Amino acid sequence: MTATEIKTVTRKIVIEPVTRVEGHGKVTLLVDENGHITRARMHVVEFRGFERFIQGRPFWELPVAVQRLCGICPVSHHLAAAKATDWLVGGENLTPTAQKMRRLMHLGQTFQSHALHFFHLCSPDLLFGFDAPVSKRNIIGVIREHPDLAVQGVMMRKYGQEIIKATAGKKIHGTGAIPGGINKNLSIEERDFFLSDIEQMIEWAQGAVELIKGVHAQMPDLMKTFGAFPSNHLSLVREDGALDLYHGNLRAKDSLGNIIFDQVDYANYLDYIREEVRSWSYMKFPFITSLGKENGWYRVGPLARINNCDFIPTPLAEAERQEFMKEAEGGTVVNTTLHYHWARMIETLHSIEGIRDLLNDPDLQGDDLIVRGEKRKECVGLIEAPRGTLFHHYRIDDNDQVTMANLIVSTTNNNEAMNRAVQTVAAQYLDGNEITEPLLNHIEVAIRAYDPCLSCATHAIGKMPLEVELVTEDGEVLDSKFKNR
Amino acid sequence: MTEKPKVATASLAGCFGCHMTLLDIDDRILSLIDLIDFDKSPIDDIKELGDCTVGLIEGGVSNSENLETLREFRRKCTILVSMGDCATSGGIPAMRNTVPLKECLEEAYLNGPSVVDGVIPNDPDLPSILDRVYPCHEVVKIDYHLPGCPPSADSIWAVLNFLLSGEENLELPYELIKYD
Ligand code: SF4
Repeated sequence: MTATEIKTVTRKIVIEPVTRVEGHGKVTLLVDENGHITRARMHVVEFRGFERFIQGRPFWELPVAVQRLCGICPVSHHLAAAKATDWLVGGENLTPTAQKMRRLMHLGQTFQSHALHFFHLCSPDLLFGFDAPVSKRNIIGVIREHPDLAVQGVMMRKYGQEIIKATAGKKIHGTGAIPGGINKNLSIEERDFFLSDIEQMIEWAQGAVELIKGVHAQMPDLMKTFGAFPSNHLSLVREDGALDLYHGNLRAKDSLGNIIFDQVDYANYLDYIREEVRSWSYMKFPFITSLGKENGWYRVGPLARINNCDFIPTPLAEAERQEFMKEAEGGTVVNTTLHYHWARMIETLHSIEGIRDLLNDPDLQGDDLIVRGEKRKECVGLIEAPRGTLFHHYRIDDNDQVTMANLIVSTTNNNEAMNRAVQTVAAQYLDGNEITEPLLNHIEVAIRAYDPCLSCATHAIGKMPLEVELVTEDGEVLDSKFKNR
Repeated sequence: MTEKPKVATASLAGCFGCHMTLLDIDDRILSLIDLIDFDKSPIDDIKELGDCTVGLIEGGVSNSENLETLREFRRKCTILVSMGDCATSGGIPAMRNTVPLKECLEEAYLNGPSVVDGVIPNDPDLPSILDRVYPCHEVVKIDYHLPGCPPSADSIWAVLNFLLSGEENLELPYELIKYD
């Protein structure tokens, strides 16, 4: 059944499930009788209730419990909670060994997460095209047709996971960070093990940047227009304006590169950021308070970070950043959805350069691991997770039990941006057309660029299965089409 | 060529960490795709579940969608495995079982310190949330339980190989089944 055959009904197209991040997601599109898309939404359909059920638990459980929200980037939650609880024990000024071990853990995770997203998830689209046959468009297709590249991706992810294991004790849901410090340092044997492969990893990371640049060079128009729209950008930056994934202050820029706020101490985040709830999604919609709900939404993640920082403190990645910023049309900010991939690969290169520098730092073998000071009752911890700025905020009572938990996770910060991406791509490619499988994949491609971690099924291993239904407004199903049959 | 056994996987109310551990078999994935074909799984594009030898389930049952998926897996899979603590016991998401659901929703969408003009999401496009988070074996028959949060990649690898071998008894060494 095509759009033109259904003259009298508004169709609702459901794409489900889109992805799991902190749960399942789906997309609904409303299409009028002329085939025009009148509404496009990405819903997050799972609810956990963490904010409530963690109440009453002792605060030192936070770094190990909260990470169970997400097995894709547990280290981010582990470290954001640890950074918050550092304050509760008066241990926020970490020893050099503790800080560097945590940084190493975080860079290991960024490296593995970005590699996984690029090679396992996105490379099929980029290598085979957005409308290549379904059978080919997955990691197994890549293994079959580009085995060298697939092996690189697998080995890069493995390297990052091994770094996490050496710093956190376990690849997924480790225990390395504790309030006020860490519980192990890095042995000489572990260090040497990682150093033996580091040059290879740097080379592969450079190769990945070249690969994505090649894709942009091949189809510059597509890459610049697909799901493109102006937005604000939010991230942490270091005090000197450098990119820093572990720690810094908040900076926000508008779509032209003007500063909205800068060097804001994140403990005061509530003065700058609020969240709107919409009845059709369990994921909230954060916005910059001074700009309001309509205009205050923003992007986070690799694109926002590369846009926001003044420089990257490792040389290879900095050279790539300078080249990347030439893509900013007449301004200082890149506002294109597909540039996320490029920015992500620059960060992958930065991560592995940072890992090399840390491995060569003798502080990692130090044994001064924990700091304790004056206790406090309230704490905020922020980190730049692979997917963007992650907020943890807790209060405890006299018995050290949690009384309040507020989490704004990275993907939530991108909620409005992902919805805009869906709307933009729907208008660019689906509007007025018969809905076909390749067109549906365009919506997936747009969402995937943000690397959403809606619990990341899709994110982790493959593609999101999509289902389209044509229904009348009162819910009668007229036709349905599976994307992945 | 004889048909390879089919393996399907699903993530219900889990964090995806168990699936990530499946990926932590690293380069063994290259030989795995010689051994089996993946059916419906986040690893590929297959939307409809076919008849499978093995189904691996991550996560407990938290909403109506999880329930349907799990029942369908039971119908189509000869051997169904609860993979990880969330599937075997409900795990961390089941901590909400100690609190009325309404309070959980209110805390997240009305009382949160960053929330303005809160409202509890209730759109028909959202599946209904169950009163509790249920472990999988309270909903359907489960053939094997694999503990751990997550189970190690080595234990998932060992279990998969055992199930595909058709042998009778599986003895995993302590290191592969210990809790943490
Ligand atoms: S058992 Fe652990 S790793 Fe697996 S889904 Fe549950 S929380 Fe995640």
